[in-house]
Order: sequence, then C-alpha cells, then structure tokens
Amino acid sequence: MSEMRSELLVVKGVVKRFGGFTALDGVDLDLKVGERLGLIGPNGSGKSTLVNCICGTLFNDQGSVAFEGEEISRLAAHKRIRRGLARSFQLPKPFATMTVVENLCVPILYAANARPGVVRASPAQAVEQAMEILNKIGLGAKAREMSGGLTQVDMRKLELARAMASRPKLLISDEAMAGLSNSEVDEILELLFAMKEQGIAVIMIEHIMRAVMRFSERVAVLVAGKKIADGDPEEVMRNPEVERAYLGE
Amino acid sequence: MQKMSNKVFIPVVYGVALAFGLLSMLAPNDYFYSAAYTVLLFVILSSAWNILGGYTGYVNFGTAAFFAMGAYTTVAIFKFAPGTPLIVMIIAGMLVAGLTGLGMGALTLRLRGVFFSIATLALSVVMFTFVVNWDYVGGARGAYVIAPRVAPLGFGRYIYFLYAVMIFLSATAMIVARIIETSTIGRGLEAIRDDELAAECCGVPTLRLKLLSTTISGALMGMAGTTYPYFVSYVEPASTFNLSYAVNSIAMPLIGGMTTWVGPLIGAVLLGTVQQVVQVTISSAWNLLIVGVLLVLFVTLAPEGIMGLWYDFRKKQRAKKGAAQ
Repeated sequence: MSEMRSELLVVKGVVKRFGGFTALDGVDLDLKVGERLGLIGPNGSGKSTLVNCICGTLFNDQGSVAFEGEEISRLAAHKRIRRGLARSFQLPKPFATMTVVENLCVPILYAANARPGVVRASPAQAVEQAMEILNKIGLGAKAREMSGGLTQVDMRKLELARAMASRPKLLISDEAMAGLSNSEVDEILELLFAMKEQGIAVIMIEHIMRAVMRFSERVAVLVAGKKIADGDPEEVMRNPEVERAYLGE
Repeated sequence: MQKMSNKVFIPVVYGVALAFGLLSMLAPNDYFYSAAYTVLLFVILSSAWNILGGYTGYVNFGTAAFFAMGAYTTVAIFKFAPGTPLIVMIIAGMLVAGLTGLGMGALTLRLRGVFFSIATLALSVVMFTFVVNWDYVGGARGAYVIAPRVAPLGFGRYIYFLYAVMIFLSATAMIVARIIETSTIGRGLEAIRDDELAAECCGVPTLRLKLLSTTISGALMGMAGTTYPYFVSYVEPASTFNLSYAVNSIAMPLIGGMTTWVGPLIGAVLLGTVQQVVQVTISSAWNLLIVGVLLVLFVTLAPEGIMGLWYDFRKKQRAKKGAAQ
C-alpha cells in the first residue's frame, strides 16, 4: 500500500558545512505523502541541521531539496511553510507577548492564507480556526493566556499547534518530547498520531526510543552527517552499524 | 470589548484634532502655539519611532537623521523655489526620508538587536557630515527659511497655519500607526518582535515587513521635519541633528507604552509638556535631565509604560469583579 503513495519530500545529496566542519555530508532522504518517519542519531549528528536545510532556516551548500516535485532549496523559510512544510522548534519559540490563540493566528494569516487555492480566512475566522485546533490539542482553556507563561509541556503543545495551524502537508517535529515525563510524552505522541488521520506526513526527531519505535513506520539514522540506515524500525535497530553508533564498539 | 474599526477611528481622530485646533483659538498668547508645536512634533516622532521600535522591536537611534532629512528637504526646495507650497515640501520630505529608511533597512536589517541600533546611530553621523558639507543648504553655517508674510488658507499669522498643519500631521501619524497595529501587518511585526526565526517559519515574510516598517517609520519622521524650518526660520545642522530628538523619541513611547498607538501619544504629550513648562519656569538645561530620570524610573519600575500600568489595573479590576460574582 505504501508503494501507491507518491513522493512528498525528496532530499538528495545535501551537504552543509560550517567553516571547516561538515555537518551534513551528502544526505539522501525521501518521504511519501502521509508517511511517519523517525529520524534518530546521536547528539551532533546533524539532525537539526537537516531540518533547518529542509525548512529553509539554513541553505544547503550542495544537493537538492524537492517538495511535491518542485525544487525548494533556494526558497526562503516563509515560502516553504506556505507550500505546506511546517516545523516545531526544539526549544519552544512562542510569540511571548501574544496570547496562545494569537500565536496560532500568525501561521493562519501568513502561511495558510498565502497558499494558492485556499479560501482566505478573515482575522475573525482565523481566531475560530485557531480555537478549533487548540480545543483538539487540549489547550482550549488556555487560549487567552499569554503564551510566555505556559508550562513546558503546554509550550511543546503550542509549538505543534502553531505548526498545525499552517495546514501543513509535512510536519517536522524537532525533539518535541525532550525533558517531558512519561505521561506527557504519551500526550504529545497522541497529537502526532492524530496528524496521520489528517493525512499529514510527519518526520519525528527524537531521542526517546520508546516513542520513536511506537510512532514510526520507518526509521532513518544519521551519524556524523551521514545517513547510515533507513528502513523498517525493527530492522534498523538490529543493524550492527546503528548499534555501534549508539553503544560504541 | 469590541475594538473600534478603522473606518470609525479615522473620522474620530480627525474630528478630535479639529476640535482641539478650534479650542486652542482660546489660547491666551502666541507662546502656546510654539510650545504646542513642539509637543506635536514629538507626538509624530514618537509615533513614527514606535512603528519600528515598539511594534517590530528594532531600536532606532537615528531619529534625528530622518527628522533632519525632512527639514533639509524643505530647505533645499525653499532655496530652489521659495514660493513652493508647504504641502509639496511635506510630500517630498516624506519621500526622501522614506526612501532613506528603505535604504537603511536594506543595508542594516540583517543586523539584529544592538548592532542594528549602532548602525542607525552611524547613519545619523553620516547624514550630519553630509549636510555640514552641503553648501547649497547652508552647510555648517545654516540657512534662513523665511515664512511668507501671509499664511495660506486665511490663517493670518504663519504660526497658526503651522500649528494647524502639525495637528493634522499628528492625527495622520496616529492613524497610520493604528492601521498598522490592527492589521495583519501589525500581527506580523509583533511576531518578528517576539521571535524573528519563529515568525519566518510561520510564513511571515520578515525581511519585507521590516523594510516596510523602516520605510513608513522613516517617512513619518521626515514628515515631522518638513515644517520645522518654517517654525525656527534658521536651520543649522547641530540643532537639527540634535541628540534630543533620538532620546525623546525613544523615551516617549517607552514611558507611554510601546505596544499600542496610544502609548507614544501619552508619552509625548506628558514628557513634551513637562519639558516646555520646565523650559519656561526653570531652565532649558533641565530638559534632557528630566527625560533621563523619567526614563530610568520607568525602565526599572514600569517597563510596559503607562499603558502597561493601565492594563494591569484593568485586569485587577476585572479579576475583582469576577471574584465578587
């Protein structure tokens, strides 16, 4: 069945250098419509750099990033989210002087509204749509609170809610669960599973293996800027190279 | 509470401005007009500064440069054709200062935080040097700009006319600020202020909005400067590029509150009036000292300004009401 799904994201030979340090050394990655991919790797292996190159907060030095068949690697970040490529940040970045619901209005007004063929939401409709998402995600009661004062887990939820508000086709969740308790991890996991029902593809970057294994249809492993494994989660975890990268020789 | 729509707000502001103008005909002497002119000047400057500094979060130390750009546009046009109507000078000054804002933005907006501020200060120094060495507008010697003997539109004395123009321009500046504030653009600027990277990743075209912000802010500052040569009659670089413009246009929004158009208005009226009173009663040397002391007080005790205090008060009242019910 997965063979029938078409390619959503195709990353080919992406190289990113910082001075003399090669953070990404020819990474290939592809993702089908609605697919759930777990992206793992030790600290400093280039996961966040890859996310930045896909989302446009960094530009890759070589290689290509194609989204829905179109090359996007020279587009500014705001143009990529308008096409449906959203992300959440590892360290939550709320618009702290705005309320929770106003936070969601930004991507609705600027990303979802700017997509061709979408009926533009008026500011009032944007608030309605934002409330809908917040209720779904369990932040409805806090919609009028200042986002700067939220708890950690609520801030992570806000990150995801804000990404969802842009009506993405692909959501990249960059360590949305780091530092959360077990039950909180499950809450976030539920949210990510719910994306699937809406046909949103998800790349989950995570260190919490329990979550990765439960969530992913496929797992890719990045080590020192190179992809060393990509495939069925169970098989990837049995791969000796992956074991070596994680546990040492 | 439903916010007033801009369709209602615009006539209301112009109406209030007109009423205020008519009321001031009761002023006991002509000094009132020149004091009020200065206060209105600061209403425009601080409203303009706040579009970039308050809404977008980029602190501009170069207010004097934009103000002087407007003033010297008037001087240059006056030298070329003394009879040119003021409205032409106002529009030309706005264009010059707006384009300078755009250019400055394009050059410096890749800098964040304090580096942007330093660059705006540098712009001020560069423009000052340029004007000092530009002979056509008087260079370091300065230039005389003599107002026509008879003011247009039957205003009689020219200061009355200038005062009326300033009221109109102040109202316009506030309207522009509020339209930006309540629009989607304002929401985008706010997002940039809170977190520029997150804003970009939410679809906000950050560079374009920042350029829009510097352009509009610069144009309004230039607008404030265009009438100044007629007000002082003698324009020279040292006073036109005076540091007090930069300091005041930062202090006033800060004291009033930087998140809405009301803040700069309150700050400018309050601080401007205090300065005018002190100038007459004590000494003009006290002006900047007062600004400094108030600034320190507000930054430490009420960083959200007077409007911030007001919102807090309202919130507490509402909470009390809620508890009583």
